[in-house]
Amino acid sequence: MSEIPVRRVSKNTYEIPRAGDMKVPGTVFTSEALLKAITRDKTLSQVRNVACLPGILKSSIVLSDAHQGYGFPIGGVAAFDMDTGVVSPGGVGYDINCGVRLLRTNLTNADIMERQREVVEALYRKIPSGVGRGSSLKLSRPELDKVLEGGAPYIVGKGFGTEADYLHMEEEGCMRGADAGKVSQRAKERGIGQLGTLGAGNHFLEVQVIGAIYDDEVAKVLQLSEDQIVIMIHCGSRGLGHQVASDYIKKMEQEYGIAHLPDRELIYAPVKSQLGQDYLAAMAAAMNFAFANRQVITHWTREEMQCLYPDITVETIYDVCHNIAKIEEHVIDGKQQTVCVHRKGATRSFGAGRAEIPATYREVGQPVLIPGSMGTASYLLIGTRESEELTFGSCAHGAGRMMSRKAALRSLRGEEVQQRLQSKSIEVRAGSWRSIAEEAPEAYKDIDEVIAVMHELNISRKVARLVPLAVVKG
Amino acid sequence: MKAYEFLDHTADVKFQAYGATLEEVFSNAALALTRLMYPDNVKVNDSLEMHIAGRDLESLLYNFLEEFLVLFDSRNFLLAGIEKIKIDRQEFKLVAEAVGDRAVDYEIHRGIKAVTYSDMFVRQDQDAWIAQVVLDV
Repeated sequence: MSEIPVRRVSKNTYEIPRAGDMKVPGTVFTSEALLKAITRDKTLSQVRNVACLPGILKSSIVLSDAHQGYGFPIGGVAAFDMDTGVVSPGGVGYDINCGVRLLRTNLTNADIMERQREVVEALYRKIPSGVGRGSSLKLSRPELDKVLEGGAPYIVGKGFGTEADYLHMEEEGCMRGADAGKVSQRAKERGIGQLGTLGAGNHFLEVQVIGAIYDDEVAKVLQLSEDQIVIMIHCGSRGLGHQVASDYIKKMEQEYGIAHLPDRELIYAPVKSQLGQDYLAAMAAAMNFAFANRQVITHWTREEMQCLYPDITVETIYDVCHNIAKIEEHVIDGKQQTVCVHRKGATRSFGAGRAEIPATYREVGQPVLIPGSMGTASYLLIGTRESEELTFGSCAHGAGRMMSRKAALRSLRGEEVQQRLQSKSIEVRAGSWRSIAEEAPEAYKDIDEVIAVMHELNISRKVARLVPLAVVKG
Repeated sequence: MKAYEFLDHTADVKFQAYGATLEEVFSNAALALTRLMYPDNVKVNDSLEMHIAGRDLESLLYNFLEEFLVLFDSRNFLLAGIEKIKIDRQEFKLVAEAVGDRAVDYEIHRGIKAVTYSDMFVRQDQDAWIAQVVLDV
C-alpha cells in the first residue's frame, strides 16, 4: 500500500528522505520485521505528512510500536519550534493523557495464585469498566473544575490516596497551566460521571508478577525483585478528554480553514497563538482529569486489595502519560532549545539527572511503563540520555495493533480467547466477550520485539518483564 | 442497497454508509454508529430533537455523529434510529428527531471515543450518496 521510500540507516533505524513539502526527514526506529507490518497501512505516509508541518524540528519520528492513526501516526513523536512551530490536537490524540500507572506490592506469586479468581472478581466489581458503567464517585461542578486544575494532588487531598502517590507521577500528577475555563461545558458533561472508571477498548487493570529482572541495580532502586506482585492500570481522560480534542479541532478549523492540509486531522495552531495557548490549557486540564482518574482507581484498588490481604502494601512506582503535548527543554545540534513535543502513543523516557524525574529515581533515570496486549507481558524500562538525543526523550508505548478489529472478530471468538488465557493461568474478566476477541494477542505486534528494538537502540533499557495473572478488561 | 458496511482499519473502526438521499446517508451513518455500540435493536422510549451545524458536509456529519457520543456519556441516551431528518445543504444545518432508550438497560459492546476526520468523505456517486467515517475506539 505504501509507496513511501524508506532507506535503511543502520540496524533498527530507517529514514524517509526529505522530499517535496517535507521540512525534515522521517525517522522510523524499528526492526526489519516490524517495518514490514507498517508498510501495509498508512503509517509511513502519515510520518511524511507530519514532516511537512510548520516549525517541525529535526525529524518526524515513529517508534517500534507504530501503526496508522488519524492524521498523526500512533507511536509518533514530533517536536516543534516555539516561535515558528505549531500545536495540534491530532498530534496528541483524542484520549488525552491516556497513560499507565504501576503499583508495587509486598505480595508474591503464590499469594495471588491461591486466590486468583477471587482477586479478579473483587477488582472487577470495585473498579467500573466497560462502556456506560459510571463512577460511584459523584462530583459537583466546582469539584470537577478543581480536578481539572489540581489533578492527582487535589483528589488525594479529598482522601483518595497518599502524597507519595502523586510524588511518583509524571508532572507530580498535576500539569501546570491547566485552565478549567478553557474546557467546554459539553466536555465537562461527558466527564463528570466518569472519574474513577477504566473505560473500554484496550484499557485494563492487571495484577502481574515480575517474571524477570534484567537490571539489578535499577530494580533495587525501584524496590523490585523477581516473583513480586505489581498492579498495572491503563486508562485515560475518558469522554472529557475526547471532547476537548474534538472541540479544539473545530475551533482551529474555524480560525485557520482546512484548504492547506493534506489530512484534515492534522489541523493545528501556532504554539504561541491565542488558540494554541487555549488548547494547551484545556489539554492540561484533561491531562489532570486523567491523572486524577488513575489516582482514584489506584485508591480503590488499594482498598480492595487490603480487604483481601490485610498486610498488603500498595505503593505507586510511577505513572506515565502517552498522549500529550508538552513544552520541554531539549538539545538540538548542540544547542539547548525550548520545544513543543507531541507524543501520540509514545512514553517520555528521560535519562538520569533530569529535573523532571522524582528525586527517588533521578540517579538512575525515569521509569518507562509499557503495557503489552491482553495476556502478554508488559515491561518496565528505564529512560536514557540517548533517547533525549534520538527521540526527544521518547519511547514506544505498547505492543501496537497489527490486525484490524474486524479481522480479529472474524478469526477469533471471545470464549476461545478466554479459555486459552486460562490455560496459561491468566484469569480475565471483561464487560463483553467481543472486547476480549478484539483485544486478543494476535491482533497486536510482538511486545518482546517492540521492546527489544527500544533496548538495542538504548532509547530505554529493560529493567523487568511483568507477566499477567489477573486481568480486568475495559 | 445496503445501509452501511464496515471496512478494515488497523486500529480503529471504519465504515461507509449509503443512501438515495443525503438525509438517508446521514441516518444510516448514525445507525452504523449505534450498531457498533449495541448490535441488536434498541427500544424506543425516548425522543430528542437535534439541531446541528457545520461548515461543510463532512463537518456536519462529524458534529451529527459526535452528538450521539455526547448524549451517551452525558444523558445515558442510546440511539435506536433517526425518525425525521432535514438537511439544509446551503447553510450546512440539520434538524433531526432521534429516538432511543436508556443506555444503562443494555449491555454495550463497544465504547467509541471520538469521530475523526481521517479518510472522511460525503459525496454523491451517480444516484446514490456515500459517506465514509473512521471512529477512534
